[in-house]
Amino acid sequence: MKYISKIYIAIVFLILYIPILVLMLFSFNKTSNTGAFDGFSLYWYRELFKSPETFTALKNTLILAVSASLIATVIGTAASVGVVKMKNRFLRSLVNSVTNIPMMNPEIVTGISMMLLFVAIGTFVGAQDKLSFWTLLISHVTFCLPYVILSILPRVKAMDKSIPEAAMDLGCTPIQSFFKVELPMIMPGIVTGMIMAFTLSLDDFVISYFTNGNDFQTLPLLIYSMTKKEVKPDIYALSTLMIIAITILLILSNFSGSKDEVDRKRHERMIAKAQKKQNAAQIGNTGKENG
Amino acid sequence: MKKSAKGSFVAAPHLVWCVLFIIAPLLFVIYYSFTDSEGAFTLDNILALPEYGDIFLTSIEMSIIATFLCFLVGYPLAYFISRSSERQKKVYMILLMLPMWTNLLIRTYSMMAILDDGGFLNSILTALDLAPVHIVGTKGAVIFGMVYDFFPYMVLPIYTAITKIDHRLIEAAADLGCNSAQTMLRVILPLSRSGIVSGITMVFVPSISTFYISQKLGGGTFELIGDTIERQFQSYSTYNIGAAISLVMMILILISLAVMNRFSDEDAGSAGAARIAGTGK
Repeated sequence: MKYISKIYIAIVFLILYIPILVLMLFSFNKTSNTGAFDGFSLYWYRELFKSPETFTALKNTLILAVSASLIATVIGTAASVGVVKMKNRFLRSLVNSVTNIPMMNPEIVTGISMMLLFVAIGTFVGAQDKLSFWTLLISHVTFCLPYVILSILPRVKAMDKSIPEAAMDLGCTPIQSFFKVELPMIMPGIVTGMIMAFTLSLDDFVISYFTNGNDFQTLPLLIYSMTKKEVKPDIYALSTLMIIAITILLILSNFSGSKDEVDRKRHERMIAKAQKKQNAAQIGNTGKENG
Repeated sequence: MKKSAKGSFVAAPHLVWCVLFIIAPLLFVIYYSFTDSEGAFTLDNILALPEYGDIFLTSIEMSIIATFLCFLVGYPLAYFISRSSERQKKVYMILLMLPMWTNLLIRTYSMMAILDDGGFLNSILTALDLAPVHIVGTKGAVIFGMVYDFFPYMVLPIYTAITKIDHRLIEAAADLGCNSAQTMLRVILPLSRSGIVSGITMVFVPSISTFYISQKLGGGTFELIGDTIERQFQSYSTYNIGAAISLVMMILILISLAVMNRFSDEDAGSAGAARIAGTGK
């Protein structure tokens, strides 16, 4: 039984990794052939670094991810703190359901719905470019918000209400009590939410595809336009670099001082990121947990 | 208590955001579905939908097959991983998450490069004096692409659900005379139901709405709902019919989500949310 399970795991992972390994192999191909390996060369990496497009896209992706995750975190933190204090139960569960819509809907529907809104507003105000960096930013904040709130809300709910009250009894103003007492207590949730928002924004293609303007291209959008043209290994080179970066990050966060409490949490955060949609789907539908 | 209720005003920016960028866009989808390009009320878009019936059915069929295959391969994997040692579990989790963190476009594209007529697979087959195979452009290739791209989303929630099962229950089943197959079917499988439901949702929704996978692995011969919607918005600018198709797809998915969630135990969500926050057990 033990051997059967080992062999099964090995086979499934092998199949899962063949395309990635083949892609890495061909990124070092001498020719533009993607069917047969003609010899080792770094030609495609040189080509990639020569193109200013790649660097612009990388820069754009980072600018967008940083701003979207920061805005989503600020709005989401305030929302989590505020929603818990709402007295009307119906209103509270309504807010939660609406918040979760972008998480439940297929990405393409979120994308086109926002595109329709932006085009309509753009036409109304007579803007030349109806889609731009700003529409992209708004759409990214929108699909990040539910994940941010999902990671902060349980922290806010679990917090002992008497602690901020004690802070105020001891002379803190409500604002001081929030920044000095409540905020540090919910900080782990805020950090998780922000990381989640950052990675979601980095990775997004579908929603960006419908809401981006011509003047602002992100990395996933660049990859899409590259794959529309003739097959060339420069995409492989770009992908290989991205995969290596991700691998290093994953390994670092999983194995640096694995006995450490902080790292245990970080490992769980990784898993949590992967499970985001699952949890969301259930919370959204039952609507009770958040309500 | 009265004092704290005042604090709810800080949620205001979020409420405004929800109204402007979640509710308003959906209202626009409904508005466009029921108007023509001049903005006049019409039912033509809705009445034109039967034309797309075949595409809907193909998409539903293919994503159901893909979801089922993911479950079939993914459940045993999740189960085997859950029985490994702690250190192995960590390694397996990284191996499972790495593809998820790799952009979907890249993964699909590399799959296409392998399976293409002049691709890696065929050059190996030719080198071995075997007949080349034609894969890209078939239904099977698109289904395979869906399975390959969304497979980790099936395994992870099932794995989490299995690891949460109280081990004493499994021991009790064995003590009371269950053999391992019975324990699996009567104890482990029902207790991991919430994970299965999440996994199915997480594979089915992106599968049914994809357009990139069918574009690349379908070789332009297949049209799924996602492709149809994408074309109405990006190529033809026929927003009205595109909105109507999206509206129907959204309603279909929301209904199936609601049905699926009836089969899942309700407290799974809050347990999952706690995990997301990194609070752990």
